[in-house]
Amino acid sequence: MGAYIAKRLLAAIPVIFGLSIIVFVIMAMIPGDPALAILGSFATPENVEKLNRDLGLDKPMVQQYFIWLGNMFHGDFGRSYTLNRPVIDEVLERFSATLILAGPALLLCSIFGLLAGIVSAVRQYGWADKVITFIVLIGISTPSFWLGLLLILVFAVKIKLFPPSGMWAIYGGGDLPDLLAHLTLPALTLAVVATGVIARLTRTSMLEVLRQDYIRTARAKGISERRVIYKHAFKAALVSVVPVIGIQAGFVLGGAVYIETVFQWPGIGSMLVKAISTRDILLVQGGVLVVATAYVLFNLIVDVVQTILDPRLR
Amino acid sequence: MAEVTAGTAPEKKKKRGRPSAVRLLMNNTLAAGGLVVLCLVILLALAAPLLPLPNPDVTAPANRLQPLFAEGHLLGTDALGRDILSRLIWGTRVSLAVGISATLIAAFFGSLIGLVAGYAGGRVDNLMMRGIDMIMAFPYILLALAIVAALGPGLLNALYAIAVVNIPFFARNIRGITVGLSRREFVDAARLSGKSNAQILFMEILPNVLPVIIITMSTTIGWMILETAGLSFLGLGAQPPQADLGSMLGDGRKILFTAPHVSIVPGLMIFVLVMSINLLGDGVRDVLDPRLKSGALSRPVARTAVTRTNVPDVRPKTGTTLDMQGLKTEFHVGGDIYKAVGGVDLKLKQGECLGLVGESGSGKSVTAMSIMGLVPTPPGRIVDGVALLEGDDLFSMTDEQVRQLRGSVVSHVFQDPLSTLHPLFTVGDQLVEAIQAHQPLSSADAQKKAADLLAMVRIPNPAERLKAYPHELSGGMRQRVCIAMALANDARMIIADEPTTALDVTVQAQVLSLLATLRKEHNVAILFITHDFGVVSAICDRVAVMYAGKIVETGTTDEILSAPAHPYTSRLIACVPVLGEPGRRLDAIEGRPPVVNNLPEGCAFAARCPKAQPDCRSGEIPLAEMSEGRAVRCLYPETKEPIDA
Repeated sequence: MGAYIAKRLLAAIPVIFGLSIIVFVIMAMIPGDPALAILGSFATPENVEKLNRDLGLDKPMVQQYFIWLGNMFHGDFGRSYTLNRPVIDEVLERFSATLILAGPALLLCSIFGLLAGIVSAVRQYGWADKVITFIVLIGISTPSFWLGLLLILVFAVKIKLFPPSGMWAIYGGGDLPDLLAHLTLPALTLAVVATGVIARLTRTSMLEVLRQDYIRTARAKGISERRVIYKHAFKAALVSVVPVIGIQAGFVLGGAVYIETVFQWPGIGSMLVKAISTRDILLVQGGVLVVATAYVLFNLIVDVVQTILDPRLR
Repeated sequence: MAEVTAGTAPEKKKKRGRPSAVRLLMNNTLAAGGLVVLCLVILLALAAPLLPLPNPDVTAPANRLQPLFAEGHLLGTDALGRDILSRLIWGTRVSLAVGISATLIAAFFGSLIGLVAGYAGGRVDNLMMRGIDMIMAFPYILLALAIVAALGPGLLNALYAIAVVNIPFFARNIRGITVGLSRREFVDAARLSGKSNAQILFMEILPNVLPVIIITMSTTIGWMILETAGLSFLGLGAQPPQADLGSMLGDGRKILFTAPHVSIVPGLMIFVLVMSINLLGDGVRDVLDPRLKSGALSRPVARTAVTRTNVPDVRPKTGTTLDMQGLKTEFHVGGDIYKAVGGVDLKLKQGECLGLVGESGSGKSVTAMSIMGLVPTPPGRIVDGVALLEGDDLFSMTDEQVRQLRGSVVSHVFQDPLSTLHPLFTVGDQLVEAIQAHQPLSSADAQKKAADLLAMVRIPNPAERLKAYPHELSGGMRQRVCIAMALANDARMIIADEPTTALDVTVQAQVLSLLATLRKEHNVAILFITHDFGVVSAICDRVAVMYAGKIVETGTTDEILSAPAHPYTSRLIACVPVLGEPGRRLDAIEGRPPVVNNLPEGCAFAARCPKAQPDCRSGEIPLAEMSEGRAVRCLYPETKEPIDA
């Protein structure tokens, strides 16, 4: 097991390398002179040239990449010119807020998705299955940013159950109940689509598994139907659902961009949107890299879970 | 098992002329509804220039934030006094155009990458797919954000960004299909005929891949409309004065509390559009997915449904373990009824081994699986007959009573031990579970008993083996584990469904002799299903031969092997090669067994029987008793006339 995890960790290194190359290339696609962009259109040519030299932009691309990469290894992601603070500080602060939002959302969609999928499969073609299937379809067809607005209108404006936006109350608050109150609506909204995807997949996997020979064996042993479904079938179905939960983590992290904007959650998604409109390229670059790396590492964990579940992979 | 449905159902359907895909789609109310709504929305969007709508971009500050159903503004006006209905229709036009364009771009480049990678293989494939993996390593929308960040906000840039992040879906799907196709004969043939790689790729492979491209497009287009709208909502897509549904929603958000309709209406439109696409897409998938058509995705319940119209009154005889009379099991598949078992009687005395023999599709497995209700429902159901287990009718018992008997009084050994053992649990876990299902033992005691069972079936190092997973054992070892499981609760009857078919010949012999020994030691009755007379002679006391769901001959093993009475039996025996008789002819039986949803009148074997007479093809032919315990269902049995007549 330890050897396997070490192997997967090593395999993640080239992927993270690849991510950094893609981000670097995309940022290099930006038209125009970055120095000019930073200094503004009134800059003198000497100043532009000096800044270019300072930024290392006069060197060949490959060399620039490695300098850039080396800097990041030392935690130097540059300075955000709009916020005038190190990119890494801002990114980590914002990313932790995103994790507070995305973590519960991922937990919610896993639990509800698995439950709905199992019920749907066990009651196939019954009314419960039909209702769940239809709700799931509505869930994956709803624009999450619109759903967020609807929830704010209903649960924050009409019945004042939850605060409409932000992460903490402006006055007082700061404790866990305050955070939970602020968290409920955005986390639910964020979970909706992924719940649908996981529910659909769980249903299909369960139905496939329930036809397998080893399920007939389990029944032939005379164990209870409950045990057949929740132990034998569910464990086998989980093997194909777990990787999808890993993929859904990516959609949840991405979807946070909308939800954070709608609910004004101070996470990395709303930071990125603002940074893009203000052309704060270093901030965008750092944010994208950190989130993508976290996603790769999360999928590493998913891989390990998968191996624990399925001995055939060891 | 259930060969009957698996093998014959789809074939039969095709012959009858399948209802067209379009008709099937229309039968699905939801999908048809989706199609209608989608068509309406598209028509509306296309007709926008022709409709009497106010200019969507003309501002009228005096008329700002009119509510829904205001005069002259059906859906009200926005913060700048622009007519929302007009903007909605024009915005839908933009959103649709952007979504469709993004889908086409992603489909084009993704498919191209998939085709080339799949066809070229080797290093090209590796390199391209690693690149695709890289793109997929990003959280979905994040990469799109990075691209928009680089290109700058704008509708066209948002379109490119969404297209790029969707390329991997196409590339992966298409590559998978292409890899399979490029190894097929027609590609080799094209290559030999001197066609260039490009010609082969686009003239031979592409037409075969096209349906997959279209299915992938139909499943991703909804997403792409959502995501482009999302980027516009964030202010990174459509820039004023241009508006799509997303940017309308984004504008409305700022005045959510004062004029919610400004943002709710465009959001509702996105939802309707995407929902209709998804409904239609699901319908298309349901029509095209072969697993749904064959019923391979319907869930079997815990026990076969019993729908007997009348319950025969039978007197139990003492000393019999199993007394089954008039069993009829059917499969109901989409309007067709497959009569897999058409009235079967079986008797099994204590400690006796009865061989149930027949070709694939003869109904022997269905007969055996009907006993403890292990035929999957749907589509199977028991429609007639009784099965007395030590005097009690299994078919009138409750599910719970049957469950109590399964694995305790009656246990099963199945054909392929790799697929019948659960791959994710250790052999020990599965044995312990079987023991604890019927015996109140502590875990430690059950463990010990499990190890004893493994020792009983001659598995070396039993305590060690308990920790093994099924895939870590050899085929013979796995089947021994299954036999051990069948013996876990001192069963009085074992139903063995082709337990040696999936094994090597030498292992077969070991498993057979093990079964024979255990039968004597435990005085357990065995119902042994097989198609192999060689196996029958090794273990069975009596034999029942099945054909097209009925027993055609029964008797002791010696009688049947030495003097088969039914022409089918004699031909089945002739199929078995005998060592040391190289000169003997092996006669395959001409023709195929009849389809059980359309059985001929009279003898089902008549069509393949060289001795068939006109009277064989009419009326019910009874199972006629020839002597004590020996019967044949034939008007002209072999024993009365010489075989070469």
